[in-house]
Parts: sequence; C-alpha cells; structure tokens
Amino acid sequence: MTEKEMQVKQKQEVQKSGEPTKPDKYFVPAVDIYETREAVTLLAEMPGVSKDGVEIGLEEDTLTIKGTRGDYAIPGDKVLLQEFESGHYYRNFNLAETIDREAISAKMTAGILTLVLPKMAPAKPRRIEVKG
Amino acid sequence: MAVIRFGNSPFFRNPWAEFDRVRREFDSLIRGLDQYRERTTATVFPSLNISEDAGNIYVQAEVPGLDAGDLNIAVEGDTLTISGERRVCPEAEEEKISYHRRELESGSFNRAVTMPCRIEVEKVQAKAANGLLLITLPKAAEAKPRQIEVVGG
Repeated sequence: MTEKEMQVKQKQEVQKSGEPTKPDKYFVPAVDIYETREAVTLLAEMPGVSKDGVEIGLEEDTLTIKGTRGDYAIPGDKVLLQEFESGHYYRNFNLAETIDREAISAKMTAGILTLVLPKMAPAKPRRIEVKG
Repeated sequence: MAVIRFGNSPFFRNPWAEFDRVRREFDSLIRGLDQYRERTTATVFPSLNISEDAGNIYVQAEVPGLDAGDLNIAVEGDTLTISGERRVCPEAEEEKISYHRRELESGSFNRAVTMPCRIEVEKVQAKAANGLLLITLPKAAEAKPRQIEVVGG
C-alpha cells in the first residue's frame, strides 16, 4: 500500500479582503478533517511552526487556526534554487457540530497540528416525576 | 497547419497574411506566459531551497510529519539523496471514521540533487525540527573561493 509516491503541492496564498499592515505572507495549510462518533479531529500541515507559534480560536461556530513560522533564514547566503516560499499559515472553518469547548486538545509535532474537538454529549434524558 | 500561399504578387494579395499575423501573435503570447514563472517548480517531493555562502551549501526542505528517524539522507560524491516514507493515519483505529476533507498525503519519496561543487562528505550535517529539514554541506577545500594576493610590480 505504500508504493504510492508523494506529490509536490504548490502552496496557495490566503485570499484576504483588505490589506494587512505587515508584509508577511499567509498560506493555506493542507488539512485532514475526519469525524468519529465522539470527536472531530483536524490535522494541519504547518512546517516551520513550533508549539508556541500556533493560535487556535473558536468563536460561535468558526474555527480559526493560525501558525506563525519561526525565523529560519541563514544570514549572508546566496540563493541557488528556490522551489518553495516561506510564510505563516492561516485557515478557518465553519463547524457544523456543537463542540465541547472545555475538552478541546491540541498537539503540535514535526510541523503537524493535531486538533481534537470532542462533540458535545447529547443532553442526558431526565425523568420528570409527575406529582399528582 | 498547412498554409497555402497563393502568391505574393501584388495582383493576388496573400489572403493568409492576416492569419499568419494572428498566429504569430498567439505564439509570442504563449511564450510570454511561460516566462512569467520566475521560480522553478519542483516535480518531485520534497521541494528544496538551496543556497550557499563562502564555506557551505545549505539545503532546506519542508517535510511535515517526518522526524529525524523517518528521513533517510545519503551523500555520495556530490549527490545528495533525500528519501523516506510518510504515513498519516488517524490516531485511534475507530470503526466509523468519516472524512470531511483529505488533503494530507502519505507515501514514499525519493529525491536526488547534485551539488554545484565538491563537498566534504564527512562533515555533512542534517537537522530536522518542526517539519523543516536543514542540511549543511561544507564545501571541499578546493571549492572554496581563495583570495589571490596581487603583488605590486
């Protein structure tokens, strides 16, 4: 099953309305989103971003992930070949499920962010006593 | 496309002249679009940024999801080979997983690139952190620029 070869993907820049004050470039990170019965899990590829550079926001039903890339420039070098650009990462999603905000967990290793969003447990049925 | 010329004498004006002109302009337009791409795009994973200074050649690659153990870096002569395999699978093996989006890839990769000058194979260093791979290849002594003193005569 692992005979497949990986393909090169071009980075896409984020299309933002308006102009930001800083000239930094923001790219769209590739993500995998899958859902099990208990949680929605999101994997985002953000190479160059360390654990401290990740910002996750959840407002209403919009999930925003932002990754700030560290500075890996080598001083005084001359470029021979440049096949990819460096920049920060930004992407947002509209969540369809209601998420238990208290139990969100995030992990960042080797440039991949793993975000687990547990779904809100359905309200437990309550027996209501009828007094006669 | 075959162009049949009816003759260039002023008597028969070349009816294909206009077509020729349009075709030539389209040709130069397409050629112009090709030159618009200033940056070379890679066809093999991973994409590399190669730079140099006086003493070293630096190769940077973005390899998210791969740690030091998954990468295989080999240097032979002046050829650098980066290979390995990436597997992205869900953390827990649950029976019911439905994917909303699937953009991450798994698979093997293998890329070889030749350095523009001789390098000291013994001193090559590679570091992988946060999904970024940086390989430092010191240039061989004879490849480093040598200042030649100019003697006044």
